[in-house]
Amino acid sequence: MTTPLRIGFIPLVDAAALIVAVDKGFAAAEGLDVTLVREVSWSNVRDKLNIGLFDAAHLLAPVAIASSLGLGHVKVPISAPFNLGLNGNAITVSPALHAAIMAQIDGDRFDPMATALALSRVVAARRQSGAEPLTFAMTFPFSTHNYQLRFWMAAGGVDPDEDVRLVVLPPPYMVDSLASGHVDAFCVGAPWNSIAVDLGVGHILHFVSDILARAAEKVLAVRQSWSEKNPQVVAAMVRAASRAAEFIEQPQNRAEAARILSAPERIGVDADVIQRTLDGRLKISPDGTLRASDRYLLIGREGAGRPDPVQAAWLYAQMVRWGQASISAEALQIAKAVFRPDLYDAALGSPGKGAAAPDTIGAFAGPAFDANDIAGHLAAFAIQRRKS
Amino acid sequence: MGESSPKIVIVDESPIRAAILEEGLREAGFTGVVHISEMQSLLARIYALDPDVILIDLENPSRDVLEQMFQVSRAVRRPIAMFVDQSDAASIQASVDAGVSAYIVDGLKKERIKPILDLCISRFNAFAKLQNELDRAKSALEDRKVIDRAKGILMKLKGLTEDEAYVLLRSTAMREKKKIGEIAQSILTASELLK
Repeated sequence: MTTPLRIGFIPLVDAAALIVAVDKGFAAAEGLDVTLVREVSWSNVRDKLNIGLFDAAHLLAPVAIASSLGLGHVKVPISAPFNLGLNGNAITVSPALHAAIMAQIDGDRFDPMATALALSRVVAARRQSGAEPLTFAMTFPFSTHNYQLRFWMAAGGVDPDEDVRLVVLPPPYMVDSLASGHVDAFCVGAPWNSIAVDLGVGHILHFVSDILARAAEKVLAVRQSWSEKNPQVVAAMVRAASRAAEFIEQPQNRAEAARILSAPERIGVDADVIQRTLDGRLKISPDGTLRASDRYLLIGREGAGRPDPVQAAWLYAQMVRWGQASISAEALQIAKAVFRPDLYDAALGSPGKGAAAPDTIGAFAGPAFDANDIAGHLAAFAIQRRKS
Repeated sequence: MGESSPKIVIVDESPIRAAILEEGLREAGFTGVVHISEMQSLLARIYALDPDVILIDLENPSRDVLEQMFQVSRAVRRPIAMFVDQSDAASIQASVDAGVSAYIVDGLKKERIKPILDLCISRFNAFAKLQNELDRAKSALEDRKVIDRAKGILMKLKGLTEDEAYVLLRSTAMREKKKIGEIAQSILTASELLK
């Protein structure tokens, strides 16, 4: 007896565990007959999950939280029993902005505080000369990309709402917009940063892992009501995704995983570009400079698959910091409850693999994150846009 | 903004579908309709037009750009998503099925958006039907060409008349439980290989 499932995804490398689970047969081995549906916008993924056209989805972690809180849209409680990836985003800047930042930098070029301070000097100089404000693109209002860009630049004294323009741009349009000068920089997931570098129109300034040591990125999302009615199916999905994540993390399997992901109806870009991402070994400048980091994208290792409610609390804190959500103990509880380590453990046997992983966010600026005192934590940040 | 005719923006990269929708809206008395097909600087253009209703097709990645409008604090007017109306599940389902999404500006009454959305859904469905028929007609035309060429090959190789060649194709198709077009295509492929 197999269970038919429709699962939505956006063509990004961090959908890897989901795609490999299906195309490598791990889902079928769990009795799941999955149809993967490639989507063009997060709005579509969210809506189709909400109204039941999808049983599950590859979803931005903050969208799962926003949906559960009813922010910006209908309130549909979402559960995330599996974390598809930690980190994986990067900030790419135009050659002109890269040169301007490097001319102003005082410190290591991979030190986000040094680049953020340099950016603030670039912004000040532009304002003095009467130049247009810089435009930064990200993928969605409720996205890690939005919060990561804001966190980084605000640490250097750049107000993301006043000093620059921060705009939403669909990932497939980012590279063109950078090339045409419509945007000066963007924060996006793989493969788009690498594509900009390969085309010679951008430099990867930061891996997001420079800014946050561990940042929940995409989750496997299901409606809470559906998951309560189908606990066995949820457990089977978690096991299939977890097996796929373990497969992808083995270096000897990366070429095969990259080939699976490169299929036109999946991510649809060169296997070679995808493998660089999986390996955490990226070309960061058009001149061929390479940068390797074992923290660039974590799919299964270091307990990446196990949802961590502290991560959900951090994302909620960003929504509060930037005026998307009001602060309340109740909302914090709802946000944390979206991430379901209990479902993960139930599927994989308690205590789950990775249960001992550190809870830290590991941000480069500000005090250590305290999930139990959002207000106290946010008080440490000078630039914010709290709701009155 | 006149009470009678809200300003409607259609965001759609398909000019034909947009034209079909625009025509329908005009016929229904909605005169203030603007079509945007260029996605560059989409938000700036929408702010300049200052519409009451925005209609966008679900194949358009720029839907995510529109979501930003709920966040921009400097915007004078704040559109809200149609889907926020939790009471109307059927119309949400119908519009997603049809492949369209509507955003309405805060304050526009629900009774006024309903006929616009309904019209939009029916026109999107009509377009999809048209597209299907067009695809079918195209493939029928292709089949016809392939069959004609296969008949020609059979006539030449086996010394058959056109009618005899067709009968041979049809009887083979029936025996093998395939379409005549498929049998004809395999004859073309075989003759290419044997050239």
